[in-house]
Amino acid sequence: MTASDLWHLVFGRLGLQSLPFWDMIQHPTPSHIINGIIATGAAAVVVIGALVTVFLITKYRKWGVLWSDWLTSVDHKKIGIMYIVLAFVMLARALIEALLIRTQQADGLNGGFLSADHFAQLFSTHGTIMIFFMAMPFLIGLINFVMPQQIGARDVSFPMMNSISLGLTAAGAALVMVSLVLGKFETGGWTAYPPYTEAAFNPGPGVDYWIWAIALSSIGTTMTGINFAVTIYKKRAPGMTLFRMPLFTWTALCTAILMIFAMPPLTAVSLMLALDRYLDFHFFTNGMGGNMMNFANLFWLFGHPEVYILILPAFGVYSEVFSTFSGKRLYGYTSLVYATMAIAVLSFTVWLHHFFTMGQSANINAVFGLLTMIIGIPTGVKIYDWLLTMYQGRVRFTVPLIYALAFSVLFVLGGLSGVLLANPSIDFQVHNSLFLVAHFHNMLIPGLLFGMLAGYHFWFPKAFGFRLDERWGRLSAYLWISGFILAFFPLYALGLMGMTRRTVSYFDPAYTPWMLVAEVGALVLTAALTTLVIQLIVSIRERKANAVPVGDPWDGRSLEWAIAAPSPEWNFPVIPTVTDRDPFAVAKAQHTAYQSPPAYEDITLPTNSAMGMIICVVGGLLGFALVWHMWWLAILSALAVPVAVIAKSFDTRTEKVIPAAEVRQQHQAWLAQARQETPISRQLETSPDNHGLADNTIAEAST
Amino acid sequence: MSAGNVNTEALKHPGINLGEAHGEAHTQAEGVVFGFWVFLMSDFILFGLLFATYATMVDHTAGGPGPKALFDLKSISIETFALLLSSFTFGMASLNLKHGERRKPIILWLLATLMLGLIFLGLELHDFSSMIDKGAGPWRSGFLSAFFGLVPLHGLHVATASLWLIVMLVQMGVFGLTPRVKTRLLRLGLFWHFLDIIWVGIFSIVYLAGLS
Ligand code: HEM
Ligand SMILES: [Cu+2]
Repeated sequence: MTASDLWHLVFGRLGLQSLPFWDMIQHPTPSHIINGIIATGAAAVVVIGALVTVFLITKYRKWGVLWSDWLTSVDHKKIGIMYIVLAFVMLARALIEALLIRTQQADGLNGGFLSADHFAQLFSTHGTIMIFFMAMPFLIGLINFVMPQQIGARDVSFPMMNSISLGLTAAGAALVMVSLVLGKFETGGWTAYPPYTEAAFNPGPGVDYWIWAIALSSIGTTMTGINFAVTIYKKRAPGMTLFRMPLFTWTALCTAILMIFAMPPLTAVSLMLALDRYLDFHFFTNGMGGNMMNFANLFWLFGHPEVYILILPAFGVYSEVFSTFSGKRLYGYTSLVYATMAIAVLSFTVWLHHFFTMGQSANINAVFGLLTMIIGIPTGVKIYDWLLTMYQGRVRFTVPLIYALAFSVLFVLGGLSGVLLANPSIDFQVHNSLFLVAHFHNMLIPGLLFGMLAGYHFWFPKAFGFRLDERWGRLSAYLWISGFILAFFPLYALGLMGMTRRTVSYFDPAYTPWMLVAEVGALVLTAALTTLVIQLIVSIRERKANAVPVGDPWDGRSLEWAIAAPSPEWNFPVIPTVTDRDPFAVAKAQHTAYQSPPAYEDITLPTNSAMGMIICVVGGLLGFALVWHMWWLAILSALAVPVAVIAKSFDTRTEKVIPAAEVRQQHQAWLAQARQETPISRQLETSPDNHGLADNTIAEAST
Repeated sequence: MSAGNVNTEALKHPGINLGEAHGEAHTQAEGVVFGFWVFLMSDFILFGLLFATYATMVDHTAGGPGPKALFDLKSISIETFALLLSSFTFGMASLNLKHGERRKPIILWLLATLMLGLIFLGLELHDFSSMIDKGAGPWRSGFLSAFFGLVPLHGLHVATASLWLIVMLVQMGVFGLTPRVKTRLLRLGLFWHFLDIIWVGIFSIVYLAGLS
């Protein structure tokens, strides 16, 4: 056996050519050098970032804390926070990539500085990351953190499975990050349509990175959906009927149901593409009876419900934000619930609008076009409900509300462009153009990202016990909003002028001015993310002044505000009984909040488990081994999964008991503090006087 | 006794005997079993998609062999019989689990189920290898890709269920019939019957329709 044979046996097809600077050394032309420097720089950021993190953790001796308080924790709140941390890291990367895409196109008249291949990797990773590793972790994290507290539960139904889901998602994200350092990512966009992504045209590791990142995270998300749905059906506090659930929980339920039904097509389609590539199947190949339209159908059977998985939780956040910051009960609660359910059901009936141009009959297009337009109706209902919630309310202009207001205007505009696109004859004109890119960013940035950021500001004090800095928060919100408008409204014009999406360069000088405006927008968006980081640092530094230990900084309405901030590990010392919608607002109005229960009981909580981390590492290794054809590692890690699961099933120490005395002591200390604090009025909401006890002498503005 | 799970009345799970003194076990069984039903629905979608793919590709033989040239009804019938019978034997195990407290009959019925499952798998593997010997592997055509996407997926599920069954036999020995073991057996039963239903679909849509 030669050395090279041995190398292949151990490292598969990994080699020097997989390093990001290899091209540049082999072919030192200016173009290769520029692309090589950018790729190497990005790889260096990943490697150095990882090393610095490891160094800091070691220096401050935090490995133990990280392991036992976070990575192996099955507490839904901590898992939720870890999901959101992952989302922010991935947001930073995908936003930098967007800035690069924009810069290339601003400079793209007759050329630009990036190679076509490099550019294609950028939009593919940007789209893949934003959807699967920014948006999904963010909303799953938020639901994880908030939903059990809103329904008066102590955890989700399957806490360990929750940690495994996180592990699978993190493993997928890790694969995308590793692709910056070793090899290249896929170049076929976030949708990875075959036959282009088949082995015949793309034999390299790029598509395989996409496949395994998607397969891992989609399995994790299916499990998350099951977990959330079962939790909401089975673990609500006594008295909390379905129609007493907060709207955020309703949207969480609908999202969970969508996950259960819409993720399997994604898992299936990614694995079928893998079979084509690895085992010479012919699901989607050009010849031998393959049918690439099956890929489009299966992908969008997932893809359209996915956009509602993304948007519904944000709708839930906005519902909470509008009613809390208007000091009013949500207007049209029932209609909002039915509208949410209607959207969830209809979302399965419109997938074909993503490929009107791909050859089916005009009648089929017409049916799907009409169904698409119908979804606009329940969405419109919601917008009116939110506006009417503010009507005659005592509206406070806080950061979450700023996002919500921007959303209510911008989302309608995006929806209007969507109704245009739903008309097949119009879609034929602008299909695959920047008009479409403008449309979906116009839905996803106000309808997802702003919602998540609003939720982040709203519930941050509940998670960490102090408010985020309001001034930096406002600045950041205004930058996000104006940056978005500058970056994407020009794309509507460009699309109508005929500029296609995923274009590395162009020859029409009329595009350039619009491109420059969009570039300014991308810079503003980068500034927005920077201010968000500054805000976090400033807030941590001033955490003493902004502390809200009593736990109710916004005069909240649902159960999560009725407990301390940060929430106790067991959430509720005693499981509350619910008699109304907005139970905590009602309790405050009737002066029955902050009372000692007649008795405390022992509380059973799940114990820590390393399963999530084991599955994360083993799953990540499996994906990596398959990408690089390291078969021995693939077999070992594939076997490790059932071994770990079976071994775990013999472990009976899965629960720990918190003695009633400890619960009592902690709860009584908190109650004593609540009695000491002065309740503050809403004018002082964003001042250091706010310690989390709301003045409820002013009656409800209106109900 | 935990105060954390008193959110539903202590429902008794109809399919299983968790003992009178175990109100809590019943409440927990509720959530676990319901969760498993939801998982089965999700898995059902997965099979549904592969059935749909198969239906669109059954004619895409690319000049290669089609269903008539490949399927052997005799072997398929024995497989079907074995699998349906295994649902019956698992049913007997469940009845013993519900009405008896003795481990032995449960173990015997489960062993019978396992044997039938393994017979099914053995025959199925034999079918696949004889197809491949005829040059009819998944690489031959779109039709065969769809076939080898769908049918072995079911086989993989049966193999997983068999492994699970072996683990449960061991756990019955190690732990006895604890509520945890019982709810696991209950879920395994659901899984087993679910795979039977899928097989009925495969038998009719792939094999019978293919040979007709
Ligand atoms: C925050 C600022 C953002 C900027 C500046 C930005 C910019 C861009 C640009 C320039 C493209 C390429 C357009 C083309 O094909 O020519 C793109 C594509 C895309 N973006 Fe964004 N984006 C942003 C946020 C988001 C968010 C929040 C999401 C989703 C949650 C998202 C999802 C996508 C997707 C799916 C694509 C398509 C990728 C493909 O062509 O396969 N983006 N974005
Ligand atoms: Cu759609």
